[in-house]
Amino acid sequence: MRSEERAPRWLVAAALGVLAFLYVPMLVMMLYAFTTEEATLSFPPPGLTLRWFGEAWGRTDLWRSLSLSLEVAAAATALALVLGTLAALAVARRKFFGREAISLLVILPIALPGIVTGIALRSALSILDLSFSFWTIVVGHATFCIVTVYNNVAARLRRTGRSQIEASMDLGADLFQTFRRVILPAIATALLAGGMLAFSLSFDEVIVTTFTAGQQTTLPIWIVDQLTRPRDRPVTNVTAFFVIAVTTVPILLAHSLSREKEETSDVMER
Amino acid sequence: MSGPSPWRRLSTFLFQRPRLSLVLLLALPLGWLGVVYLGSLGSLLVQSFYRVDEYSGVVVQEPSLRSYRDLASPAHLDILLRTAGMATAVTVAAALLAFPLAYFMARHAHGRLKTLLYLAVVLPLWSSYLVRVYAWKLILAKEGILSYFLAHLHLDGLLQQVLALPVIGGPSLSFSPLGMFLVFLYVWLPYMILPVEAALSRVPRSLLEASADLGATPGRTFRRVTLPLALPGVVAGSIFTFSLTLGDFIIPGTIGNSSLYIGQAVLRHQGTAGNLPLAAAMTMGPIVIMGLYLSFAKRLGAFDAL
Repeated sequence: MRSEERAPRWLVAAALGVLAFLYVPMLVMMLYAFTTEEATLSFPPPGLTLRWFGEAWGRTDLWRSLSLSLEVAAAATALALVLGTLAALAVARRKFFGREAISLLVILPIALPGIVTGIALRSALSILDLSFSFWTIVVGHATFCIVTVYNNVAARLRRTGRSQIEASMDLGADLFQTFRRVILPAIATALLAGGMLAFSLSFDEVIVTTFTAGQQTTLPIWIVDQLTRPRDRPVTNVTAFFVIAVTTVPILLAHSLSREKEETSDVMER
Repeated sequence: MSGPSPWRRLSTFLFQRPRLSLVLLLALPLGWLGVVYLGSLGSLLVQSFYRVDEYSGVVVQEPSLRSYRDLASPAHLDILLRTAGMATAVTVAAALLAFPLAYFMARHAHGRLKTLLYLAVVLPLWSSYLVRVYAWKLILAKEGILSYFLAHLHLDGLLQQVLALPVIGGPSLSFSPLGMFLVFLYVWLPYMILPVEAALSRVPRSLLEASADLGATPGRTFRRVTLPLALPGVVAGSIFTFSLTLGDFIIPGTIGNSSLYIGQAVLRHQGTAGNLPLAAAMTMGPIVIMGLYLSFAKRLGAFDAL
């Protein structure tokens, strides 16, 4: 057995404290979805009710925002899957001049503050005299979503190696067959993980979206609106509850898909 | 017999020309990032040298240093300093808070517990940032849970004293720099924990044993061996905490008081005020700061810890 020294008590306590700091706020937020109090944020809630879930269900503005967000996330994820996979395939092949620069370029939209990407796109739209549309949101989102797909696929390809691809070609498969029969099965779960992370990244994004959406209201923009000018407290509480419940599933799935130790660090690049 | 199919011939052709297939693979992603992203950044730089006509309010597309001159005003420098100060405070606090959990994960957790803890850190990182900010709006509210417990512990007097302090205070926690600091710390903390944990996991146990064998106390081993080796992880985490705080306008807008942060100022100038060139020039601040920061981090080897 391991000859571990046991963790000192204070360290366990401090670690638990940090965990509590991360999770107690979420529990508080979830509790508020059930409060009977409409106007203020008083704690403890005077009573509990399920009424607001029904009320939120009947809100057409919420449904419109939700469907816009889902459509944008789907389109951005599709683009990110194609672009991220191509970039990962290229970088995985061998060392070449400018390889480092490509990795940097893929990561940059996420490493620079979101506001930079947002105002840059806004400025380009202004100079080109383009108006805001569904696609201006999608273009922004796809740009910073590439990195999640790229990271997952590149990590997978590093482990798969090149010999299988060469073997497939040697045995007479053409490029298309090799891609479909060898490469795709090898990277399938990495694609799924990267795609789900891209989807949840896009679904939740608000900083860049603010600059590229114009008058359109995605779900995050709807929430921000309620944050700054609260009008429907109870409905906002329920929406927050819903968003957390819905996004937790793909995150846990994506994690279990890219479980291998080697990839754990890729999940964090946001 | 008719030779190999066109597909087959194309495959062989490409397989024998790695350079060409590389170009073909890279064409789309590089085209996208090059045109859409770098192009936009370029347009931002160009935009920052335009100016707004004072009378008509229309953007004049001629080179001018007007925006940068405006930027040098005390009010704007104030915004820049305030934002950088907040980003620094959040980064330092995040590093301090991340250490115990990261250390526990790296040194004392194994198997299922380690996976569970890892998930516990990743989950908030990926779950909705907005909802997590919203949760704090509920917590920090005057009639909210924090005030409730402070009142029960008879600490509300202390809270009032803290809120009365200049610079960090305000009318209530949900409208004060102190509250903002707490929320920033909360939302970006996981970005610090993960790289610090990764760096700590890579410190070989033998090194710690050697240090102990040579007579160092645990405290001394921590200071002289563990801490220096964990530093790249801290720097890697700080890239995120610093950059994300610099560019945020949601948290200052919902939790803060009336004093502006860079993100808010940029948002205001591109929107209602209609001075896109000034907004563009203003963004150059965070870009330059992050550029310097990234090159400093690269020298420290922080990118290997990512």
